[in-house]
Amino acid sequence: MSAIENNWQPTAEIDTLKKRAQYLADVRLFFAERDVWEVETPILSQAAPTAPYLDSFSTDYIPIGTQTKQTHYLQTSPEFAMKRLLAVGSGSIYQIARVFRNGEQGKLHSPEFTMLEWYRPELSLNQLIDEVNSLLQQVFGFKPVCRLSYRGIFEFYLKLNVFSCSDEAIKHCAQQHITGLPEDLETDRDGWLEILMSYIIEPRLAAMNLPLFIYDFPASQAQLAKIKTDCDGYQVADRFELYINGVELANGYSELQDANELRQRFEHDNQQRTKQNKPIMPLDENLLAAMKHGLPECSGVALGLDRLIMLALDKQAINQVQSFNC
Amino acid sequence: MASVSTNQFKGGLKFMLDGDPCSIIENELVKPGKGQAFNRVKFRNLKTGRVNERTFKSGDSVESADVMEVELEYSYTDGEFWYFMDPETFEQHTADANAVEDCLKWLKEQYVYTVTQWNGTPLLVTAPNFVNLAVTDTDPGLKGDTAGTGGKPATLETGAVVRVPLFMSIGEVLKIDTRSGEYVERAKDA
Repeated sequence: MSAIENNWQPTAEIDTLKKRAQYLADVRLFFAERDVWEVETPILSQAAPTAPYLDSFSTDYIPIGTQTKQTHYLQTSPEFAMKRLLAVGSGSIYQIARVFRNGEQGKLHSPEFTMLEWYRPELSLNQLIDEVNSLLQQVFGFKPVCRLSYRGIFEFYLKLNVFSCSDEAIKHCAQQHITGLPEDLETDRDGWLEILMSYIIEPRLAAMNLPLFIYDFPASQAQLAKIKTDCDGYQVADRFELYINGVELANGYSELQDANELRQRFEHDNQQRTKQNKPIMPLDENLLAAMKHGLPECSGVALGLDRLIMLALDKQAINQVQSFNC
Repeated sequence: MASVSTNQFKGGLKFMLDGDPCSIIENELVKPGKGQAFNRVKFRNLKTGRVNERTFKSGDSVESADVMEVELEYSYTDGEFWYFMDPETFEQHTADANAVEDCLKWLKEQYVYTVTQWNGTPLLVTAPNFVNLAVTDTDPGLKGDTAGTGGKPATLETGAVVRVPLFMSIGEVLKIDTRSGEYVERAKDA
């Protein structure tokens, strides 16, 4: 039978999909036991995240009987709507949400995937890491985690102090360690750091058979996290990323509460988008208003569930744990 | 020349890099959650045969390479070039030593080979998986030995030397797997 005739079949085995269903049930039980309640928020929104390297799908809403089109975006994460629930006192909440990212297709990427996202007003970022750790061990059977700072990991693997060295030193380090980087490849400081992380550090982490939390990111990569001063006086983003077998799995923040600062970051993002000839995104004024009203001090994390299930079941690509590819 | 964007990259795609035609072996999207996207490409340089790696910014374009595979019949060599013929159009194609290097020891007149062409010039000649070749030289056969205890070397009509069972003798035609260079069985016919 030809490949086309077989295209209707699932990309995952039925046995795998049944195991996936069991994981989902166990995740819900895990949160129920901790009094974190499940919420559902809209997938469609008239606003969209501004992050320069995150591309939202857009579609048109056309009221019946009219020709008017209102652009709506498919969520890239349920973050904004969940924060509006937190602002009215929801308390601890979680969501297993379908999210969409345009243009991303690969072994570890899919334009549509499942995100497990949760927010804990009463937990510090460190306590949230402990909770992620418990979830990994209890539900998915992973070993206890290690923790390393972003600066520490670059110092350990590349002898590079990423907070004090020049942009040129980071670029030079990448050109030296990585084959096949064209001389004229242009990117910014964070771009070079991401290349070093993806090409040099992640493969080394893959050899380490332990989940790893990396924390205290460069302030320029703060996204929606608070910025704080670390013990050596460097400005760092109070956030973490989780890696298992070298695969980036989760992104956690000590959530930024300052609406003005968030507006500035959104606007800065949109300026970056303009420079790259990308459309500017409409700011989520509802989120900004909710934050002005008051987002409680809280920690939150978004975890790629397909990747986690892929690793737990020892599969090589996320489509092996998803029923179909779009 | 047409250009191809990184989002069309996939295994087998032929493109030009630094003036040489290349074929993609593996294409991997490298993209941290909210970070920039790159394509990390493993490719074979079709001129040198070497495998290399190159990173592209996602969205960049490269020039596509006019590379195609054709089935051609081997005619003869004058020692400097190897001549192949298109069995349908009778058009003649000339391959140099570089192109035939890997399959030189399996080249036999009138056999059909897969020829990878770039802008009409043969880049690489690939032998079929199996060829039938006659033994031109080997030690005398040992009747009765069928156990296959290691065998003995035999020279074939193309000059290739393969290990064959001890009972094989000069003039016999053998089926050879060109990928491993191993004897498979006695051929029914040449």
